[in-house]
Amino acid sequence: MNTHTPGEASMTRTVLVTGVSGHIGARVAIALAADPEIDRVIGVDTAPPPSPAGEDGAVLGRTEFARVALRSPDLVKVIRDADVDTVVHLSLVSGPGGSGSGGSGSGGGRSAMKEHNVIGTMQLLAACQRSATVRRVVVRSTTAVYGSSPHAPAVFTEDTEPVEVSHSGYARDATEVETYVRGFARRRPDVTTTTLRFANLMGPGVDSPLTRYFSQPVLPTVLGFDPRLQFVHEDDAVEVLCRTARADHPGVFNVAGDGVLLLSQCVRRTGRPVIPMPSPAFRLVSGLARGARLVDFSPEQLALLSHGRAVDTTRLAAELGWRPKYSTAAAFDDFLRSRGGPGELPRAVVDWLADFVTGR
Amino acid sequence: MDDFQGRRTDGSTADQRLAELFAFLRRRVTGEYEIDEFGFDPELNEKVLLEALRPLYRHWFRTETLGLGNVPAGSGALIVANHSGTLPVDALMLQVAVHDELGRPLRLLGAHLVYQLPVLGHLARKSGHTLACPEDADRLLRKGEVVGVFPEGFKGIGKPFSERYRLQRFGRGGFVASAIRAGVPIVPCAIVGAEEIYPKIGDIPSLARLLGLPYLPITPLFPWLGPLGLLPLPSKWLIEFGEPIRTDEYAPEEADDPMLVFDLTDHIRETMQRQLDALRLRRGPAFPPIVM
Repeated sequence: MNTHTPGEASMTRTVLVTGVSGHIGARVAIALAADPEIDRVIGVDTAPPPSPAGEDGAVLGRTEFARVALRSPDLVKVIRDADVDTVVHLSLVSGPGGSGSGGSGSGGGRSAMKEHNVIGTMQLLAACQRSATVRRVVVRSTTAVYGSSPHAPAVFTEDTEPVEVSHSGYARDATEVETYVRGFARRRPDVTTTTLRFANLMGPGVDSPLTRYFSQPVLPTVLGFDPRLQFVHEDDAVEVLCRTARADHPGVFNVAGDGVLLLSQCVRRTGRPVIPMPSPAFRLVSGLARGARLVDFSPEQLALLSHGRAVDTTRLAAELGWRPKYSTAAAFDDFLRSRGGPGELPRAVVDWLADFVTGR
Repeated sequence: MDDFQGRRTDGSTADQRLAELFAFLRRRVTGEYEIDEFGFDPELNEKVLLEALRPLYRHWFRTETLGLGNVPAGSGALIVANHSGTLPVDALMLQVAVHDELGRPLRLLGAHLVYQLPVLGHLARKSGHTLACPEDADRLLRKGEVVGVFPEGFKGIGKPFSERYRLQRFGRGGFVASAIRAGVPIVPCAIVGAEEIYPKIGDIPSLARLLGLPYLPITPLFPWLGPLGLLPLPSKWLIEFGEPIRTDEYAPEEADDPMLVFDLTDHIRETMQRQLDALRLRRGPAFPPIVM
């Protein structure tokens, strides 16, 4: 929509990035800090960014880090003192105790997670509403807000109402976060708000329940279910966040790589063995695994692995005039390459069989 | 014969066929194949799922098709068909007919029940079908697909044998609204033969309710012969595609005019009933005289 007019560019000077200690948060902060048109990037999070060999500054580049919880009054001070004009809110924790790729681990179970996600966003938006300098707010959400249901349309557009409102965890938090963002947008129509609903992130640096699932030596699946999955590569996610942070793109947008993969396709691409189990057994096993903190499997992950989800991304492509570089399949393959590549056994077996039969 | 079979007979050597088979297997085990956003897997559909249905279509029901020219080639269309037979075998046969005779995949809009069930729901998606909802119908028609719908739903497929070839009430006409929005023609389609495959002479409503099914049929062979009772009777089938009904003369907004939608729905239903009666006469007895 709006391109870089000089007047606007002079506006974008100080960017606040929340959840900067998460993988995506750190990458967005670094990318924005490298932009000469942006004077300052302030990163906030509850924990400092992971720093290899103690070189604090090197990790985030020019980004100044402030250790502030979203729900503390210090945040208001940060926004006011620094004359922040763009807020990029990435601090959405995807699992209790888990280090969801958005924010740092706010270990302490579901209530702490909800507090962090929902109350944190409320506080942040309250601070933005008070601020006279904030002109643009970009919020990271998830396509999980659509739920996963056999009764829903096959492909969700931004206007689709979820058939069943999610009752659990992450998706519910994201739904509530979006409600507050809509409220904020109503009260401050002069501020450009962008809500980005990301499909499951994939890539070498992503650590999420789904990437941990695909890293297991043996993959349990739900017998009789082959869900459609969609991924967005971390590079594309960072690119979208930076583009929406630099220019006005008001509205709600789905973000996903082109195409879909079936879970069975993903599993075959990993080359790992599968154990299909009936859904009650799957629930039991994942419950045990969750209890033993082996894999963090929430009910909504289970729904995703049963019914899947696909979203329409034409609105984003039309608004940004840009398409993700990685398709869903390419994002998954890149993730697999970073984890030692796909297992070659099944392909080898077919090749051997082909040689055996044709060479007889 | 379709081209899959055709390719086999013309010239390709056994080695080539074997190489093709292994290339197929390699793609399948490594997941290197494409599906669309609805979960449609064209390769699996053509090489495995339809292949399993073809003997039933060709040899068991000896299906004949009429009016193939009434389905537009290369653009979107909504095929509206009568539904019967206790189990949706007519949907599968229509799918084979559209694929093999017209060379187009048929994208059916199915009942919620199908998508709740494990295996079946996901198999339906792989073979190109999706849930009957306006969003999916609109999306498929906009993409120029041939979409199929059975507006009678369970009322049609689960009706007793005594009501055979009597069209039941057509839902709410949502399919007409979708066709108007997309501006695609509606092709009325009569299927004769499906009524006789499992003649439903009774029902066990209490057990059906217990199992969460719309009905639990009693046929001359089921449940008396157990799984053997699931064998469809070898009736003679005719599938006729009728004169397309144009919707592009309406503005897309007129899809929201209930009166127009009702009138068009009624018109289509009457057309189909006439078409069905004529086609039934044309077919004659369902079974050769020796059987009946």
